[in-house]
Amino acid sequence: MAGEGTRDPSRPGVFIAVALLSAGVLGYEILLARLLAIVHWHHFAYMIIAVALLGFGAAGSLVAVFQRPLLARFRTVFGVAALGFGAGAPLAFALAQTLPFNALEVAWERAQLGWLFALYLVLSAPFLSAALALALAFRAHAARAGALYRMDLAGAGLGALGMVFLLDALALADALRAVGLAGAAAGGVVLLWGRANRLARAGALLAVCVGLALPTALPESWLRPHPSPYKGLSLALTAPDARIVAERHGPLGWLAAVESPRVPFRHAPGLSLLAPAGPPAQVGLFSDGGAPGAITRADADLRYLEAETAALPYRLVERPRVLVLGTGGGAEVLRALRHGAAAVDAVELNPDVPDLVREVLGADAGAAWESGTVRTHVADARSFAARAPERWDLIQIALVDSFSAAAAGVHALDESLLYTVEALGTFLDRLAPGGVLAITRWLKLPPRDSLRLLWTARQALEGRGVADPAARLAMIRGWKTTTLAIGAAPFDAGRIARLRAFAAEYAFDLVWHPGLAEGDANRHNRLAAPEFHRGAVAVLGPDPEGFAARYKFALAPATDDRPFFFHTLRWSTLPELLALRAQGGLPLVEWGFVILAATLVQGAVAAVALILLPLLALRAGRNAEAPPRWRVALFFASLGLAFLFVEIAFMQRFAVFLGHPLYAIAVVLAGLLVFAGLGAGATERLERFAGRVPPISLAATGVILVGGAWLGLLPWVFEAAQGWSTPARIVVALALLAPIGFLLGMPFPLGLKALGARAPSLVPWAWGINACASVVSASLATFIALHVGFTPVLGCALVLYAVAAALAPQAATIPAIPWRGRR
Amino acid sequence: MLALAALLLAGGPAAADDDPFAEARAAMVKAVADDAARTVEWTGKERLSPRVMEAMGRVPRHLFVPPELQGLAYENRPLPIGYGQTISQPYIVALMTDLLEPQPGDIAFELGTGSSYQAAVLAELVAEVYTVEIVPPLAASATQRLAALGHDNVTVRAGDGYYGWPEHAPFDLIVVTAAASHVPPPLIAQLRPGGRMVIPVGSPFLTQHLLLVEKGEDGALTSRQVLPVIFVPLTGGH
Repeated sequence: MAGEGTRDPSRPGVFIAVALLSAGVLGYEILLARLLAIVHWHHFAYMIIAVALLGFGAAGSLVAVFQRPLLARFRTVFGVAALGFGAGAPLAFALAQTLPFNALEVAWERAQLGWLFALYLVLSAPFLSAALALALAFRAHAARAGALYRMDLAGAGLGALGMVFLLDALALADALRAVGLAGAAAGGVVLLWGRANRLARAGALLAVCVGLALPTALPESWLRPHPSPYKGLSLALTAPDARIVAERHGPLGWLAAVESPRVPFRHAPGLSLLAPAGPPAQVGLFSDGGAPGAITRADADLRYLEAETAALPYRLVERPRVLVLGTGGGAEVLRALRHGAAAVDAVELNPDVPDLVREVLGADAGAAWESGTVRTHVADARSFAARAPERWDLIQIALVDSFSAAAAGVHALDESLLYTVEALGTFLDRLAPGGVLAITRWLKLPPRDSLRLLWTARQALEGRGVADPAARLAMIRGWKTTTLAIGAAPFDAGRIARLRAFAAEYAFDLVWHPGLAEGDANRHNRLAAPEFHRGAVAVLGPDPEGFAARYKFALAPATDDRPFFFHTLRWSTLPELLALRAQGGLPLVEWGFVILAATLVQGAVAAVALILLPLLALRAGRNAEAPPRWRVALFFASLGLAFLFVEIAFMQRFAVFLGHPLYAIAVVLAGLLVFAGLGAGATERLERFAGRVPPISLAATGVILVGGAWLGLLPWVFEAAQGWSTPARIVVALALLAPIGFLLGMPFPLGLKALGARAPSLVPWAWGINACASVVSASLATFIALHVGFTPVLGCALVLYAVAAALAPQAATIPAIPWRGRR
Repeated sequence: MLALAALLLAGGPAAADDDPFAEARAAMVKAVADDAARTVEWTGKERLSPRVMEAMGRVPRHLFVPPELQGLAYENRPLPIGYGQTISQPYIVALMTDLLEPQPGDIAFELGTGSSYQAAVLAELVAEVYTVEIVPPLAASATQRLAALGHDNVTVRAGDGYYGWPEHAPFDLIVVTAAASHVPPPLIAQLRPGGRMVIPVGSPFLTQHLLLVEKGEDGALTSRQVLPVIFVPLTGGH
């Protein structure tokens, strides 16, 4: 059976089609994350995709059960399934948009769970369709599993890379059509390749034409994402005559500028109650339909910029050279100019942002921004700071929430590489003597991330050899924001007096400054008790760990290895919050965290079901040569889990080094997949080289050795090469990824091939187990990282490869070396 | 529209005796009272004012929600009303109203009419309510609904409420229910000395906390952050 693929005239076509289909599937995953983050919220986007991907596992089960009839019509089934993916990818999204799922109502309304389930079903259909074709291909061509896997991974890698470029070049609806076309092309290649019969050829041609025409013919309005009515953009557009005046699509998000002539947009987060004036009429700026910001004209009344907590640092430094990290609509640049900044360097990650602002403001107001005083840089905040030769008197980070791959929907939780101990250390290094690093954040009650930020700053200062970090810290709070000032030098009495005068002038409260008395800490925006100040005293005191252990929220500083700054929920507090649902407990539940846990549970349950069910049907096909099924299951599950663990842990580590979330996808994800594909293609050579040693054990041992070496080596390499240019760092990254990626690609196809030789009917089942494990692995990796960090995730992966190596059968037990396949 | 008017009249306060929702409403009021008793530590309220609770017991909430959601009207939860807006959770409405300490002669201003439920509750407690809604259809339906319910002391206007309603200022009470990034300075100016203002902070289905602003007789402002949740102690438990 396993050898039948060699006689199949469509085989070269199948290999090409597998690459096309894999490219389509990975592109679809990335695109769907973008689309659903616009329609819903990115946490939900993540969960919906993770569950929908279980369609892969379901396909493995289906093929396992129905392999005989499916194999008999291999070419037709593959072709139709691929065409099905091509049509289904855009259609499923269009249909999903019509479902009345409201993520915000899930906690209140059980019926929403039904709609969520419907969403899963709809979106899993295209994945199931594509996976049906792929699983069947691996079943039919198990003997050439390495070569097939090479095409599969290479396609996936190029699909990821291609989607990053497509998102830049095309509107979202067109990117969706492109995914559909990839599926249709895959179907076409298989249906038409080497087909002699004219009639069959004509029929196939017709099907392919329909498949190609459908994605292009679907109306724009079906494929364009419509944000939930509860998102900021939708709400802004309910005002009469409000309309989108400019927009940009890119891999980092969809930006929309909204003008509302009759009820002007006004955004001044946490403006002092004593402010002499509000903001002028502005243009609303929305990213993915949410996260509102505003574009303000430079020639308007800007007094409001003096009356927000973020204005604090301008009382501490005079005529500063300012580095603004995250310019958004430009409020911080205007604030700097208003306070007489000597020079402003404005850094923005997303090139579309300054571009859009320029378009909205027109040439005149844009000129005020781009005067000799202001220089705009498109760069990642952290890598810009790490490599900049200059120093600044003020580094301003105001209400910038995340510079992470979360923007691209890759992770479940908002990881932030901006608020880690290492990041703050990098920023501190760029301060001129007497300079200030100022961070403004949303105020949360009870105090949570503001205390974590203080503690993080403390550790960053201690890491720079500062003996008394508390003397260099000051924090104030308004009713909606907090601002932390970190001094390059201790705050002296003069500066503290100016800080206190600013707070008193605008009725902001003092959270911390050296020498602050508790009685002064809770005067204007009064809380039942001075919880912020008490928390600050504790995290800056002799025993922050002891305090944190007793506190109801997690406060430990975020690090690059555990960059979950926003995650403060503790498991032990969750039941209490849920019980208090009706009494206001819900806002304190972090949905990203709950959703991650829910994703993991749903994934695990579904995966177990999908793995166990086919066993009932497979019972009949037992043969003496077949390895024990538990062993097969454990082997392929270990590989599925471990591969994604390595991929995710590396994406995290390299994201800091490469300094841009898109590089995490384009270089690390695509790079690893392509190198793994090359490794898979080299498995036949490995088999020859391995001799009597099981090649799987050899490859797995290689992964463990290289992975272990990299664990020790990476921090050192990153440190040494951090200052290099971007192309140089990409080359370094690829050089590091190549060997581990190459080895990662080997165990799976070797296992499939060996299994194909001994028990071919188990191949689709094994393939499905691997797929299920991969899906669960993504949530599990984040879950582990959340609790113990990304390095242990990599550690777990190496252990799992050891498990896989141990489960690979010994050549001696089977004299004909069937695990090395039939040659 | 006639049907709506008939429905409104049938369910109005005058017909309370044969109101099929009377029992549900009484249960809701009790649930709210229980919640309030449990959140005393953060809200500082032993219990909510009996006047407020009576008003909550009189206003037919089921007429402020879309017809298909009437069955859920007396559950202690927010409900969608269209245009991305919600009718707030009764507990939050009660708490906000209570924090305002409404007096019979007061004049109130509301920014963000929405379903007009908050305005109707206030109308039961004060002399005049002026409320502004951005979304014209919501303002129109609120006008009709309040008229049908006999709340002739409420005036609804469609438009921009950022500058308050200078013709009727100053106000004793102000509620800013429209999700706002900041408190509009004109509203602070239109708050009478001795007056109180409440602003819920959060998203449509989740109120994070309430901001209570008080203007002293001397014009000085103080504010209080009220967390509507029982959650003490923050540390301890060990």
